[in-house]
Amino acid sequence: MSSQAAAVDRVNLGAMKEAPQPETPAARNQIGDAVFHNVTRAFAVLTLITLFAIIVSLIISSWPSIEKFGASFLWTSEWNAPAGRFGALIPIYGTLVTSLIALVIAVPVSFGIAVFLTELSPLWLRRPLGTAIELLAAIPSIVYGMWGLLVFAPLFGQYVQPALSATVGKLPIVGALFRGAPLGIGLLCAGIILAIMIIPFIAAVMRDVFEVTPPMLKESAYGVGATTSEVVWNVVLPYTKVGVVGGIMLGLGRALGETMAITFVIGNTNLLKDVSLFLPGNSITSALANEFSEADPGLHTAALMELGLILFFITFLVLAFSKWLLAKLKVNEGAPVG
Amino acid sequence: MELFARRKWTNRIALGLSLAAMAFGVFWLAWILFDVLRLGLGGLSPALFTKMTPPPGGDGGLLNAIAGSFIMVGLAMLLGTPIGILAGIYLAEYGQRGWLGSTTRFINDILLSAPSIVLGLFVYALVVARTGGFSGYAGVLALALIVIPVVVRTTENMLILVPNSLREAAFALGAPKWRVVMAVTLRAAKAGVLTGVLLAVARIAGETAPLLFTALSNQFWSVDLGQPMANLPVTIFKFAMSPFADWQKLAWAGVFLITMGVLAINIAARIFFSEGKKQ
Repeated sequence: MSSQAAAVDRVNLGAMKEAPQPETPAARNQIGDAVFHNVTRAFAVLTLITLFAIIVSLIISSWPSIEKFGASFLWTSEWNAPAGRFGALIPIYGTLVTSLIALVIAVPVSFGIAVFLTELSPLWLRRPLGTAIELLAAIPSIVYGMWGLLVFAPLFGQYVQPALSATVGKLPIVGALFRGAPLGIGLLCAGIILAIMIIPFIAAVMRDVFEVTPPMLKESAYGVGATTSEVVWNVVLPYTKVGVVGGIMLGLGRALGETMAITFVIGNTNLLKDVSLFLPGNSITSALANEFSEADPGLHTAALMELGLILFFITFLVLAFSKWLLAKLKVNEGAPVG
Repeated sequence: MELFARRKWTNRIALGLSLAAMAFGVFWLAWILFDVLRLGLGGLSPALFTKMTPPPGGDGGLLNAIAGSFIMVGLAMLLGTPIGILAGIYLAEYGQRGWLGSTTRFINDILLSAPSIVLGLFVYALVVARTGGFSGYAGVLALALIVIPVVVRTTENMLILVPNSLREAAFALGAPKWRVVMAVTLRAAKAGVLTGVLLAVARIAGETAPLLFTALSNQFWSVDLGQPMANLPVTIFKFAMSPFADWQKLAWAGVFLITMGVLAINIAARIFFSEGKKQ
């Protein structure tokens, strides 16, 4: 018994001695696998850390401002660098208003485009048009911004704004939004340029989402005599509504964080006298783009960093919500409706 | 029959609106592209590629900006691509279950659409504020931070598409996992992964916001990465916002170059991807 145990021990010892030596191919492979696994994992973790590093470094850099102004930073409208008083109300308002205008215009248009691409377009046109939309989503935003400033804004101020104040501007409540000097550049112009920019983006996501609808469902609806619009409203849209909202949120995230398309045309002023959308304003991103590289180190820089932190926080929430919705659609893929 | 007629009309109106939406979208985009071509072609000249950016009123080109953009985009790709591919491999090959994989995937998707200007702020706080000056290195780092999530996402998506039977066949021959991944799965997904890399180039080629606080710009020729570095997007921004007609003309030429470059890379990526799938 004891000699047997000793023999087993000897064998084990022999095995243990051999294992760390990378002589045998099997052992070498094991080490290779462990190294490979850990290296790839390290880089995955690195991506993870990046996000936390961004948040932490933004909080540290904006600390002087957070400490000095506290929560009142969010609703103070004064932005006075020489006096050292900073409030984020106007940039936050500008960011939200321009994004809202962009969504109001872009969502129905993108929906129409997606319906056209999935249901209406002749087959031979579908691919080229779809590709064109995707390509346009890839054009850098500086192109939209520069075109907006040099081509669109002058025409907008000369023809569209006077027409708007002569018609919609006369209405009782909504009218207040469309009054004032037709400068061209301003919140409304920035919102429109932003809309043009995100239309291809939202349309591409909506088209992808619509294509998830099983053809069988659509065919059975067509089979009982439904019209195309009824199929879209009663079959495609209910089946994909979660994904559609996810796509819109993705577009909103893009609009909120967009810099160049807005900076060119928003007017870059921190004064906002009334609710008119014709007025020039400022967004978080345009304030950063214009002031940051010339800001004094200290409170001014810290206040701008806090603006960045607020922007990151808002977009994080919007994007997380959209990811969650789109993931929900994927889970439901192929599941029966209802 | 009245119900039938009403449904038919509703359908016609709805489809008409859809058609109008398509026309509306195409109208703006065609207008923008037309202006980029019209004004951009007008600004094209050999001087664009041989002379430095001029002071207002002087004549010049965009040579230093073009060179700076090429250098920074190239280095950002060299830095970001391996990191992105390795992290993507982890997500596809190891991280299908467990918290690390799903968390990283989620965070990566957030980074993918995070405002690029915030990445610029981050690199400013991390590099520029500490080293005491704007530099090409900071610009490269900011661009690499944009590249990584794009490459991670495409690499993972492409690796997942590789059929499991390929992996199983390689394992059955006794290959270790790292060889299976490097020699079989990654090779099978090569076209897709390279497409992702190309798309990342297209994405950062026109990025302006993250360069504003990192590389800044430089009026003169400089290939020293420790100094502020000229680049096309920031130069376009500066020139287009200026009141000088000759600067604006150069900005249009720059926008033309960027737009055509980005569209060409995108089209190349598409062709490349569909060719790769055929094999």
